[in-house]
Amino acid sequence: MKADWSTFWPKVLDATGETVYMVLITLALSTVGGLAVGLTLYATRKGGVLPSRFVHAVLGTLINIIRPVPFIIAIVALAPVTRGVVGTMIGTNAAIFPMTVVATFGVARIVESNLLAVEPGVIEAARSMGAGPLRILLTVLVPEALGPLVLGLTFMLVALIDFSAVAGTVGGGGVGNLAMTYGYLRFDTSVMVVTVLVLIALVQSAQLLGNLVSRKVLRR
Amino acid sequence: MTAAVELRDVAKEFPGGARAVDGVSLSVEAGTVFGVVGHSGAGKSTLLRLVNGLEEPTSGSVLLDGQDISALGERRLRPLRREIGMIFQQFNLFRSRTVLGNVLYPLRLAGMGRAAARARAEETLEFVGLAGHGGRYPEQLSGGQRQRVGIARALATRPKVLLCDEATSALDPQTTGEVLALLGRVNRELGVTILLITHEMEVVRTLCDRVAVMEDGKVVESGEVYEVFARPRHATTAAFVRSERHSEPDAPLMERLRSRHPGRLVTLPVTDGSPALEGLSELLQLHGVDFALVHGGVGEVRGRPLGSVTLELRGRPAAVEAVVAGLRVPGLAEAGAR
Repeated sequence: MKADWSTFWPKVLDATGETVYMVLITLALSTVGGLAVGLTLYATRKGGVLPSRFVHAVLGTLINIIRPVPFIIAIVALAPVTRGVVGTMIGTNAAIFPMTVVATFGVARIVESNLLAVEPGVIEAARSMGAGPLRILLTVLVPEALGPLVLGLTFMLVALIDFSAVAGTVGGGGVGNLAMTYGYLRFDTSVMVVTVLVLIALVQSAQLLGNLVSRKVLRR
Repeated sequence: MTAAVELRDVAKEFPGGARAVDGVSLSVEAGTVFGVVGHSGAGKSTLLRLVNGLEEPTSGSVLLDGQDISALGERRLRPLRREIGMIFQQFNLFRSRTVLGNVLYPLRLAGMGRAAARARAEETLEFVGLAGHGGRYPEQLSGGQRQRVGIARALATRPKVLLCDEATSALDPQTTGEVLALLGRVNRELGVTILLITHEMEVVRTLCDRVAVMEDGKVVESGEVYEVFARPRHATTAAFVRSERHSEPDAPLMERLRSRHPGRLVTLPVTDGSPALEGLSELLQLHGVDFALVHGGVGEVRGRPLGSVTLELRGRPAAVEAVVAGLRVPGLAEAGAR
């Protein structure tokens, strides 16, 4: 049974709304988590503002374990944990959990590498004024790295749209779910085309927004 | 009188065994400008960072106003650092903050209220000649202006001591002059003690009261600037001073001078203790020797004459030798005979 487009549009709209919801909540959660992990990772490295070999090694290893796992495997592997945390393994909210876990460690690496790109001289200047480690992290490093950080988060935002579509195929809801159940399983090319177009539009808007914000931050 | 900054037999060893600073003792009197010169890698940067505790000494002690800071630990050093300003070769301004924001940063850090901090920051920007530039960002400024912001930021908390890490090395000669003039005002008008490191003797010549020369982590010579310039005792010092005293011919120039001038060449140093040409004309007349000025020049270091003149003496060899002997310049006979 092919989709009846006179009644199908609202489904597309709902699915798009679900995708946006999943992606934005995940971005918000993983930005907070990723900043925390990334800042810790940066601060604890050798010669950092709060060096701790142990913490750095543990976090580094954790990231290196989680990041190479393909997202579709991560969803399935995390499913028992998801059920424990969210209460269910299917639906939009259930998709947000594994997405957040994976994205948090992605953001952490983005944060770390952008903080490392901040000139050490600026940190030394802040130290020479008597600033402590935490203050240097929050009032010097993060503001100085903000432009590239926003671009990094934009990259993550686009990746999350991709993640959300993958999550959709295994019961996560959103545009991905729509494409699978109506487009793929029923061989309906028109649904496939529309969902792909929706995804492209979402990615384009995300990138545009990111460029805009980063340009404002970088004043270029 | 206690020194503003005093190092007592300070050494700093980095992991791997490199001794960046090796048994340095020096004392900077309050209200003076003290320069440390040396080639890159001589340990100057590390030395400077020992003074505000950015580096902890491996041995020896660092005293500020008589207080030993070498064993204080990071947390207790922080409030002390607010009394020591620091400026850098690459300025190290916060790019994400405006000029005013940069100068406000240390004030807010010191817990000053918003309005008071703003007034102080603007007053300081005016002192460095940047009134009205507060709303601009560092990348919109020239190198000289950026260093002025750096100076304003370092002075905002009204420190007693200012540390300068190659502060003019990234600037062109004219801008260097302007920044040095500003640092001179900082010292004279605000009474700030300045400890600077540099590889440019120009900086020492125009700004410093005293100078120490560093090599391989050690101070090889130190003293009042004119004395060190006029009578360097160590080879490294002599090399630094020569680059600033362009008037003294080096070996290749001496070769060229010899090929042009067949007579006996003598180079006479000019210092305030030995005006070179004094008594020269009598001596020449007495022995019937003629002369030509072939090279040289006399400049000023801290308001006192310094330089050299190279003369070609013409006459009978015995008479020329008599003149050379009569000049009584140490080392001249050997130098001339080469």
